[in-house]
Amino acid sequence: MLDLIQTIGKKGLGVFERLGRACILFARILGGLHTLIPRFGLVIYQTYSVGVLSLVIIVVSGLFVGMVLGLQGYNTLVDFGAEESLGIVVALALVRELGPVVAALLFAGRAGSALTAEIGLMKATEQLSAMEMMAIDPVHRVLAPRFLAGVIAMPLLAAIFSAVGVMGGYFVAVGLVGVDEGAFWSQMQDAVDLYDDIYNGVIKSVVFGVVVTWIAIFEGNDAIPTSEGVSRATTRTVVHSALAVLGLDFVLTALMFGEI
Amino acid sequence: MNTRIVEIWVGIFIAAGAAALFMLAMKVSNLASYTDDEGYTITAKFEDASGLKVRSPVAMAGVRLGRVTDIKFDNQTLQAIVTMRIERKYNTLPKDTSASIYTAGLLGEKYVGLEPGGDEASLAHGDRLKLTQSSMVLEKLIGQFVSKFLNEGDSSKDKDKKK
Repeated sequence: MLDLIQTIGKKGLGVFERLGRACILFARILGGLHTLIPRFGLVIYQTYSVGVLSLVIIVVSGLFVGMVLGLQGYNTLVDFGAEESLGIVVALALVRELGPVVAALLFAGRAGSALTAEIGLMKATEQLSAMEMMAIDPVHRVLAPRFLAGVIAMPLLAAIFSAVGVMGGYFVAVGLVGVDEGAFWSQMQDAVDLYDDIYNGVIKSVVFGVVVTWIAIFEGNDAIPTSEGVSRATTRTVVHSALAVLGLDFVLTALMFGEI
Repeated sequence: MNTRIVEIWVGIFIAAGAAALFMLAMKVSNLASYTDDEGYTITAKFEDASGLKVRSPVAMAGVRLGRVTDIKFDNQTLQAIVTMRIERKYNTLPKDTSASIYTAGLLGEKYVGLEPGGDEASLAHGDRLKLTQSSMVLEKLIGQFVSKFLNEGDSSKDKDKKK
């Protein structure tokens, strides 16, 4: 019995310790951001690897999510003779929720896992220690550019996801099932507010970008430097990022759209 | 990989993201229908402004002329004061225009409908519309209908008792 309680306590302490180390790393990365100003090329290269290389999956998924929303929304709305409202359904769902959340989940799977594996392997092959030997802080040289690139890339990816999704919904609604084009756009424009919906969606995607990149970098930096440790860290990145994104999404939605 | 190609791709990526945001702002949201705050405001007092919201449309003859900018409660008259901003180009509305709160469709959103009067003078900034008609509240209508129905039922029962 006592052993059980001890195990729980040990696990709990471990969780808090990791959380504390994650926060310290976060503070160190934020403190190291100013060192990127003379070396902005590093950020550009990382933006290429986390942002540009994620474009294909984001565009394809966005297109299909928008098309499915259009089809499903049409099937439900046509019963009420309200198929002109399809534009509202597609745009609000994408801009408020699906754009930031699905883009963040895909980003965690595509870019977050790659970041963790890369940093974990750098640690396993002692590249990070080698840098410290040369008096180069790996936080400034390796982690900070990756973090900034992730934070820059994520809102752009979410915006691209939403825009492509709206286009997908438009193709289905106007091209496939024959909703009137003018009604589709005008109802959408009536219902979607720039500040309430689009700005809040962008804020969400920035928050998700910070959280997902932070988790990915921390897991990589904190990985046990063996091949098994790196593989575990990669798995944890995807799982923890997905949970954090979905949980935070609820909190953010309650703060932004709730009547609290 | 060649630095130049990487930089070009990142440039394309950032431009695509900005274009997507721009498209969301212009094509999807109501930014295009935001008017710069030019125009003039008029107010109207309503007995009941339930269902009306800030940014609800103000329309005459089915054309949107402006939006509701403020809804306040007047302590003296116990009425709702609705402030509306009308776009500057619609500056020939007669001074005795009347305002009513209508519902778009049976269950749609509320909007302020203006009916033109016959006055020669036009409305100016800060004017108050004298003739107003309150919003139709569906619950009240149903309530009236139900109570009328029940009363009829009661009176028919009374007749039965008398017999």
